[in-house]
Amino acid sequence: MITKKEQKKNDIIQCSLELFASKGFYNTTIPDIANALKMSVGNMYNYFKSKDILAKEIIKFISTYLGKKLREINELEISTEEKTQKIVKIYFEIALAKPEMIDYFLRIYLSNRDVFQDGCEGMICVNEFVTEIMIYFEEGVIKGDLRDQDFFSAFGLFMGYLGGMVFLKGENILPKKLDEYIDEISFNIYKALSI
Amino acid sequence: MKQKMKLLWITSLACNGNSHSFLNYPHLEQFLEDFEFINHPLFEGTHTLEEIVSKHIYCDILLIEGSISPEILKADLNLFELIKRYSSIASKIVTIGTCATFGGIFKESEYEDISGLHFNAKNLLQNFADIRYKTISISGCPIHPEHLANTLYAIKDKILLQLDEYLRPKEYFAYTIHNGCVRNEYFEYKIDNHQFGKKEGCMFYDHGCQAPYTHGSCNKILWNEVNSKTRAGQPCQGCTEADFPKANLFETKKNMGIPSFLPFGVPKRTYLTLAGVTKAFTINRLEKELFDD
Repeated sequence: MITKKEQKKNDIIQCSLELFASKGFYNTTIPDIANALKMSVGNMYNYFKSKDILAKEIIKFISTYLGKKLREINELEISTEEKTQKIVKIYFEIALAKPEMIDYFLRIYLSNRDVFQDGCEGMICVNEFVTEIMIYFEEGVIKGDLRDQDFFSAFGLFMGYLGGMVFLKGENILPKKLDEYIDEISFNIYKALSI
Repeated sequence: MKQKMKLLWITSLACNGNSHSFLNYPHLEQFLEDFEFINHPLFEGTHTLEEIVSKHIYCDILLIEGSISPEILKADLNLFELIKRYSSIASKIVTIGTCATFGGIFKESEYEDISGLHFNAKNLLQNFADIRYKTISISGCPIHPEHLANTLYAIKDKILLQLDEYLRPKEYFAYTIHNGCVRNEYFEYKIDNHQFGKKEGCMFYDHGCQAPYTHGSCNKILWNEVNSKTRAGQPCQGCTEADFPKANLFETKKNMGIPSFLPFGVPKRTYLTLAGVTKAFTINRLEKELFDD
């Protein structure tokens, strides 16, 4: 059960995500967000003291959201190949249902490291998401399905591929719907990572 | 003349490492004022091994060193018979070392059914179940001489020792070897730029150190009163544990970057979360040599 204040914070994050996606991160101001939520600017500052703090809270929010979804998959008693497909599927589903979320991750978090350098060092703010990816890899290796290798070599292959596809989708370049690529992409990733 | 406690030290399949370690006990002279061996493979005893196997000689404590097997003979007497006889005479039994406690490295030998007295690795055995209530295990390869001496003094002084699930005194085995390691700062900030023998770096991440998941007090009660393996720049090899020895002792086994064995009792997600945070920072002081000006 989340508190009223937490719910309000979540509403601000959701609204900010949508505004960032439509107007751009730098063109969106705190008054814009307050206005969209019919809140006073002063009240907004009760929840987030600055836009930079809001930006960091948003990436943590997304990481927690994605991490929870991946944890559910990690805890299933299924093969690594099936897990691979489920991760690809959930990532694309989120990209379709909440495009602003993946958009923020790819276009704002990864592209504006100066905003995140103080307080989001390394992968601190995306820890929950990265932790689940690490566990997916590790358990795959223990089961004898995945090849043991440097984590970032595997992580880059997996997330770079998915991020690239969502980016192409966002640019309206893909000739097919995103979910029509799930099987092929899952097959490619698993084949690339497996023994 | 005061009455000394009588000890019978039976060596089974062993390298004598525990005896040699015990020779380094710093208060050995005093110890031999308080205890006497009725027989020991290295120390002078009051009786020969022939007398031990052919008679029923009184002893207070039976000490067993080395892995045991029903195939082994001591002076032509079956080892199990010898243990049964003297465990009925002694009021306490102490298994000395990882071999006598869990089977140890000699489990790789060709003897049948080789094990420790009460455990085959982690599995509890029923062979000597009737004497388990009076057994204390001191694991280690070799044992720390003070663990053994202090345990024998505790028995002598009728001090009740709390034991863990493998009958080891919690006084020494409730801790991990990591406890008291002078490299803890390097562990906390995940810095393993270690070179063997050097003062800097934690050896858990790359060099095979098992201290965070090995029970013992090497960094609390120092060896020869001055040092420990990890302090000297060598990884803990987990020698007090039931699954000792593992393979590739100088290399940390990892799966896609995550150590196969995590610090004792730390859930994987907790470990990864903390690791993710500390990895994000560089602590310059810990990247340099300690004596580098």
